[in-house]
Amino acid sequence: MNRYVLKLYVTGQTARSQRAIEQLKAICESELNQHYEMVVIDVLERPQLAEDERILATPTVVKELPPPIRRIIGDLSDIERVLLGLDLLTHTRVGGHDPA
Amino acid sequence: MTLAIEKMRSEIPGFDHVAHGGLPRGRTTLISGTAGSAKTVFAAQFLSAGIDLADEHGVFVTFEEAPGDLRQNMLGLGWDIRKWESEGRWAFVDASPQPGEPPVLTGGYDLGALLARIEHAIHRIGATRIVLDSVGGMLAQLPDTATVRHELFRIALALKGMGVTSLITAERLGEDGPIARFGVEEFVADNVIILRNHLEQESRRRTVEILKFRGTDHQKGECPFTIIPGEGIVVIPLSAIELKQRSSDRRVTSGNNDLDAMCGGGFFRDSIILVSGPTGTGKTLITTGFIAGGADRGERCLLLAFEESREQLVRNASGWGIDYERMEAEGKLKVVCAYPEAASLEDHLIWIKKLIDEHRPDRVAVDSLSALERVASLKSFREFAIGLTSFIKHREIPGLFTATTSTLLGGSSITETHISTTTDSIILLRYVEMYGEMRRGLAVLKMRGSHHDKEIREFTIDGRGMHIGQAFRNIFGILSGNFTRVSPGELERLDELFRDDDGPGI
Repeated sequence: MNRYVLKLYVTGQTARSQRAIEQLKAICESELNQHYEMVVIDVLERPQLAEDERILATPTVVKELPPPIRRIIGDLSDIERVLLGLDLLTHTRVGGHDPA
Repeated sequence: MTLAIEKMRSEIPGFDHVAHGGLPRGRTTLISGTAGSAKTVFAAQFLSAGIDLADEHGVFVTFEEAPGDLRQNMLGLGWDIRKWESEGRWAFVDASPQPGEPPVLTGGYDLGALLARIEHAIHRIGATRIVLDSVGGMLAQLPDTATVRHELFRIALALKGMGVTSLITAERLGEDGPIARFGVEEFVADNVIILRNHLEQESRRRTVEILKFRGTDHQKGECPFTIIPGEGIVVIPLSAIELKQRSSDRRVTSGNNDLDAMCGGGFFRDSIILVSGPTGTGKTLITTGFIAGGADRGERCLLLAFEESREQLVRNASGWGIDYERMEAEGKLKVVCAYPEAASLEDHLIWIKKLIDEHRPDRVAVDSLSALERVASLKSFREFAIGLTSFIKHREIPGLFTATTSTLLGGSSITETHISTTTDSIILLRYVEMYGEMRRGLAVLKMRGSHHDKEIREFTIDGRGMHIGQAFRNIFGILSGNFTRVSPGELERLDELFRDDDGPGI
């Protein structure tokens, strides 16, 4: 299985940050079975990292590996879309952009 | 009692005058305009002028153009952003669209990362000015308009909390209607500036209007502006010089003793003189006399010509015994010829002002002002004429303008109609038809603050110039062009005018 490198950018210790962290952990555990590395970055502490990665929104997950690089915005509550963003839902090729 | 809102000088030329001192300090101002209305230039100049003229550092948050493009584009306006970045005086927060797949939305989010980056950049370089360009670019990148609007409001509040003065640009769909798309004025409603780019009679006319500054004052209405390569935006305030000039009672010569006498002893030193008449009546001659009269008394003169080439002007003047080239060699005169069509009126105004500032003349002549009528709309022309006359008046030097009337007999010109109230003196030149012969008549129509000769006098032109003679006593309606020659008491004199004994009896 491909090794996953996921970076999660959050703003401070808010309820939304906590929810995103727990949600991503749960998804990784169930779907990626140890083949992953997850880094949580608080943009209040490391703004330069957010600048370098040009992050606008929090929470944002950046899937750095495997390629292609993908970005997932939001608190990860819509699990199906998270899987889609991580390229784990290969059977439905739907565009990633939600026009809502 | 609350403290009055302080203004921060934007240092954008002319704007601070219109804004009564500048932008509200520590507040957010919305700059709204259609595509191509120079919002980004205005915003970037707010930062560059701050760096250049006020030693204030700035952060540019870009949602549309990539920093690389901005650096390159602004170089053409003379702003070396890369240098300022290396000196820690300018910082970009790059929020421009990234290549690749658009992000997947999986739930609620905020713009905490953007705000953290902005705060980081502000603290890193000690910025006091910040620009967000533009709201539309931000909305295009992120789903859920309601969230983005709410977050922008939060960012605006945070910026206020940091005490920085900020500009946010937003798109408009048309020159009329809502202030901006997406209802952005709802969250940055305190201060709104609108930039416009009108198409008027086939020429572009840019204007800036301060719609509101909450809690503080500013000029109302639109002001034209132009963008000069190597300099940027220059706003042209219409009421730049309020009518507060001291009136001088010092007189200067018109260059013609008879005309001086008719004006009660010459022109006032700080006056605007309009010489109006149909083609060929002698306007250029009066201009030439005005220049020579000044140069003879050791004054520095500036002649702006919009109708004739340099060679023609020099030849005309030498025909009356006046040597422009020698005067120029002696530094007493500068002759500048320009095609009216070569630039917009706003640009003409700016180079003329610059020229006057550099050359520092003691008198200025413009021959002719009416040649500029045709290159712009009436409104632009009026603004130009007012802008130029008030600028010259402010320098406390006399300015002589000529205007060509459209008809040979009587009539008036657009120039006359629109600048007559801002002029101090008006001299009318008219053809007078007398029994099949064209004569020339001159009248001093207006001479502010002085008595003057009220008669319409005949004048002749020869190789030595202009000679003003007697008044036309036997003819009425010269100004209107509808002559009436009946004057019983003058019959005998009239008869003498005609050698032909069979001439018409009156």
